[in-house]
Amino acid sequence: MYAFRYHRAGSIDEAVRLHGSCEDPGYLAGGHTLLPTLKMRLAQPSDLIDLGDIDALKHTATTSGALTIGAGVRHNDVARMSHSIPALAGLAGGIGDFQVRNRGTLGGSIANADPAADYPAACVGLGATVVTDRRQIAADDFFVDLFETALEEGELVTSVIFPAPRRAAYMKFPNPASRYAIVGVFVAWTDSGMRVAVTGAGASVFRVADMEAALARDFSPDALADIRIPEDGLNNDIHATPDYRAHLVTVMARRAVVRANASSDGVRL
Amino acid sequence: MTITVSMTVNGEERSGVCEERTLLVTFLRETLRLTGTHVGCDTSQCGACVVHLDGDSVKACTILAVQAAGRDVTTIEGIADGDTLHPMQQAFHENHGLQCGFCTPGMIMSALDLLKHNPSPTEREIRDHLEGNFCRCTGYHNIVRSIAAAADMMAPGEG
Repeated sequence: MYAFRYHRAGSIDEAVRLHGSCEDPGYLAGGHTLLPTLKMRLAQPSDLIDLGDIDALKHTATTSGALTIGAGVRHNDVARMSHSIPALAGLAGGIGDFQVRNRGTLGGSIANADPAADYPAACVGLGATVVTDRRQIAADDFFVDLFETALEEGELVTSVIFPAPRRAAYMKFPNPASRYAIVGVFVAWTDSGMRVAVTGAGASVFRVADMEAALARDFSPDALADIRIPEDGLNNDIHATPDYRAHLVTVMARRAVVRANASSDGVRL
Repeated sequence: MTITVSMTVNGEERSGVCEERTLLVTFLRETLRLTGTHVGCDTSQCGACVVHLDGDSVKACTILAVQAAGRDVTTIEGIADGDTLHPMQQAFHENHGLQCGFCTPGMIMSALDLLKHNPSPTEREIRDHLEGNFCRCTGYHNIVRSIAAAADMMAPGEG
C-alpha cells in the first residue's frame, strides 16, 4: 500500500477535527474493507484516522422500542445480542467469517455502502436512523448509490437506532467464497408498516413496494409468490445475471417471511 | 516514515521500528522474527495469519502493526508451556490434524477462540467456525477431529 500518516483519535471531536486538518484523510474503523483496498493500491489517503480507541462509538443502549448500537461495535458483538432483535443479530453473525466479525464494525460497513454488504439491508429493512456527529439521517435517505451515502466530507457515523420490529428476518444467498450477499432480503413487520429491503441485487440497497403491499394484506410467503422485481438495472457479474438476481429476490423474500413467522422476533424492547 | 511500535507479544514487552503502513503480520515475522504466524493469501481470506489481539482471534494481514500498539498479542509461539504443548497443539499432533502444516498455526489460534466462547462445540459448529481458515491440503476432517479432541482435553475436570 502507499504510505500514509497514522493518527489514533481519542474522541469523536478529535477524529472530526483531525479529518478537517488533513489533506486527503480517511477514517479507519475495523479496516476490513479499507486495508484490503489500500493493499491493492485502489486508494491513496494522505492520513488514516483510527477510530478504534473511541469508547463513545462502542456503546449500545436499549430504550423503549429501539436498540441503539454504536458505530464502532463489531459484528461479533452484535451477533451476540440475540435477545434484542434476533434478525439483526443473525445478520451480523453471517457477515464474512469469525475473524472478520471480530474486527469489522457497523459504522464502517454502512459508511462504505458496499452494494453487497448485509447491514444496509437491516438499516433500511428496520427503518433505522443513522446518527452522525452532526445530525440524524433516515436509513431510507442514507444509502444513495454504489459506495455512495448521504455523508458529507468528514461526517462521522456515531451510532444507528434500530426500532424493534414485530416480526423480522434476513435471508441471503451468499457468494460461497466471500460470503457477501449475491442477494440478501430483510423483511420486517414494523410499527410503521411492512418493509422489504434488498441488498446485493442493485447498485445500492432498495425497497420493494409491491412486496410490502402484499405482505400488508397477508404476511405469508405465498403472498409474494407471483411478485418478481424487474431485472433492469440489477447487478450483472460472473456470479449472477440480473435475471437470476431478480429470481433470487423473490426466493429470499419468501424464505425471510417463513423465518420471521417462525422466530420469536415479537419480543418487545 | 518509520515509527517505533511497542506491544505485548506472548506476555513480553516488544518494540520495533516499522512503517505506519506495515501490517501486523509483517511486523511479527520480519521485525520480531516470530515466523510461526504465516502469510497465505494476504487478502484476509485464508486464515494462516490468525493471532489473538486482546484475546480475540484476528487476521494479522488485515491489521496495521501500529493499530496493535499498546495492545496484547498472542501468536502460535506463545501458547505452549515451555516444552509442553498446549492441549490444542497436542490434539493436532495426536489426531494428525495437519498435512503440510502451513495452515496449522492459524487453525490452532482460530480454534482456541472457538473454545473460549463455546467449550464443547458440535462438529457442525467447529466446521462453521473454520469458515475463515483454509487448508489447501483439504485435511479438514482430521482438523475438526483434533479440535473436538482438544475440547474434551480442555474441559473442566479433564486431563
